[in-house]
Amino acid sequence: MASLRPDLAVIARHVAPGSRVLDVGCGDGELMAALVACGCDARGLEIEPANVATCVSRGLSVLQGDADSDLSYYPDNSVDVAILSQTLQTTRRPDLVIEQLLRIAPRGFVSFPNFAHWRVRASLMFGGHMPVTRLLPETWYDTPNIHHVTIDDFRALAGRLGLAVERSWFLKGGRVTSSTAANLRAEHAVFQLARR
Amino acid sequence: MADTAAIHTESHVLAMAQPLLLDSGRSLAPVEIAYQTYGRLNAAKDNAILVCHALTGDQHLASPHPKTGKPGWWQRVVGPGLPIDTDRFFVICSNVIGSCMGSSGPSSAAEDGAPFAMRFPVITIRDMVRAQVALVDHLGIDRLHALVGGSMGGMQVLSWAANWPDRFGAALVLASAARHSAQNIAFHEVGRQAIMADPEWKGGNYYSEAVDDPRKVGPESGLAVARMAAHITYLSEQGLTEKFGRRLQDRETKTFGFDADFQVESYLRYQGLSFTDRFDANSYLYITRAMDYFDLAEEHGAHGKPGNLAEAFAGLKARMCLVSFDTDWLYPTSESRRIAHAVNAAGAPVSFVELSAPFGHDSFLLDVPALDRVIAGFL
Repeated sequence: MASLRPDLAVIARHVAPGSRVLDVGCGDGELMAALVACGCDARGLEIEPANVATCVSRGLSVLQGDADSDLSYYPDNSVDVAILSQTLQTTRRPDLVIEQLLRIAPRGFVSFPNFAHWRVRASLMFGGHMPVTRLLPETWYDTPNIHHVTIDDFRALAGRLGLAVERSWFLKGGRVTSSTAANLRAEHAVFQLARR
Repeated sequence: MADTAAIHTESHVLAMAQPLLLDSGRSLAPVEIAYQTYGRLNAAKDNAILVCHALTGDQHLASPHPKTGKPGWWQRVVGPGLPIDTDRFFVICSNVIGSCMGSSGPSSAAEDGAPFAMRFPVITIRDMVRAQVALVDHLGIDRLHALVGGSMGGMQVLSWAANWPDRFGAALVLASAARHSAQNIAFHEVGRQAIMADPEWKGGNYYSEAVDDPRKVGPESGLAVARMAAHITYLSEQGLTEKFGRRLQDRETKTFGFDADFQVESYLRYQGLSFTDRFDANSYLYITRAMDYFDLAEEHGAHGKPGNLAEAFAGLKARMCLVSFDTDWLYPTSESRRIAHAVNAAGAPVSFVELSAPFGHDSFLLDVPALDRVIAGFL
């Protein structure tokens, strides 16, 4: 698990072994493989066919599909944990996707790059340009990230959707950092959500 | 060890002791099932893979076809070190009932010794699978490692999953569907009408004249037209355009007549005629009918809401993988996606991927490296 992307490592550590998991936007299956190794029944949803093919050839169960349209096919409470890692900012309606996520599972993990990080703010304030950073590497016109979000925005959304933030982790340079002034200092956030 | 079976072309034949009870309520007897195997069955008998062939395929999966001398239809995929690795797996491919390559079909002798012709009962995809189950029983295999099939073969795999969910560990369905659409049925009807409109069809009783060379009688023209129409549905517009465009065949200018001026015409005529050498017209009627009747949700809707496909997969625990191709308009991606969501809702571990390939429906038979990777990885 040491080689996992930092936000995935945080999530993997907090999913109970043996859980039924849906990983929305599972990429090449890195997190799912780790969860399966812990005895979880992990399923994935992924939009990119090449990634799905990689997952299948790793023996993982993944459906090719779009989080914006396909989550409605999953029955209520069909898994214990639903995960949305670095996918939220690419969806057309992040609010509806999170509602679906917490309909399919009583508990969810959501991770995203924090658009209020000081480097992002500085880029806009002093450079006058849309930021290109380590976690947001694409230029504004070819980025898949169409809904940038900040940690404070996300908290507000969770509140509006009636979801409880059970835990949160803030990452900087790949390490978990303190929650002090997280909205300014964290590059990346992971939230553990539950239905109230 | 590479098995010498990989080069022999002679089929095994299982003669069933019992009549086969069919969906129509009728029964079929006598029943023979022709099949080929590749690789070796291990002592635990848990390394067997059954490959289900498509409409015009047969059991000659990875060895030369005895009538045409051409390589087996999936020789690219099945063999030592290939995606379906015969060094690891014991691969079985049986000819569907209703066909004309050794399994009982309309050209086979009925109990009175004369060919069944149109006395052959109408069969379904599930009836084809019943014969496969009998063969697997005969081989002493309780549980197949995997089932693999494309197109009509995929329908058979889906029928296994819905009716015999405990008999296999994994199922791979390529370019297929859980029901035949009105468009699918329409194309098949064109083919059947072409055959039946041929004066040589004679109500299906054209076998009696086949004394010396059975291939040289029967509704050849009708069957060739049926094959030509079907063949168009197997390709994509992009594939046809890349291969032929509007190029002329062996001439500089149009003839202002009805010869095959265009390369695509001459290609289709060749496809149609070469098909008549190896396929029986009545078999074409029966097998296309079986595909048209196929509707898995309807079959399994009796105890719940009709048309709820998830109920068909209620008993499924096995791993399943569905693959579609972006240029396949005969069995489009939406059908595979619908099956995947139904299997998912039923709780079985399922994967689905749409691969990009230029060849249309036939992509599953052709060189698509991503498909090889999925097959090998999934098995």
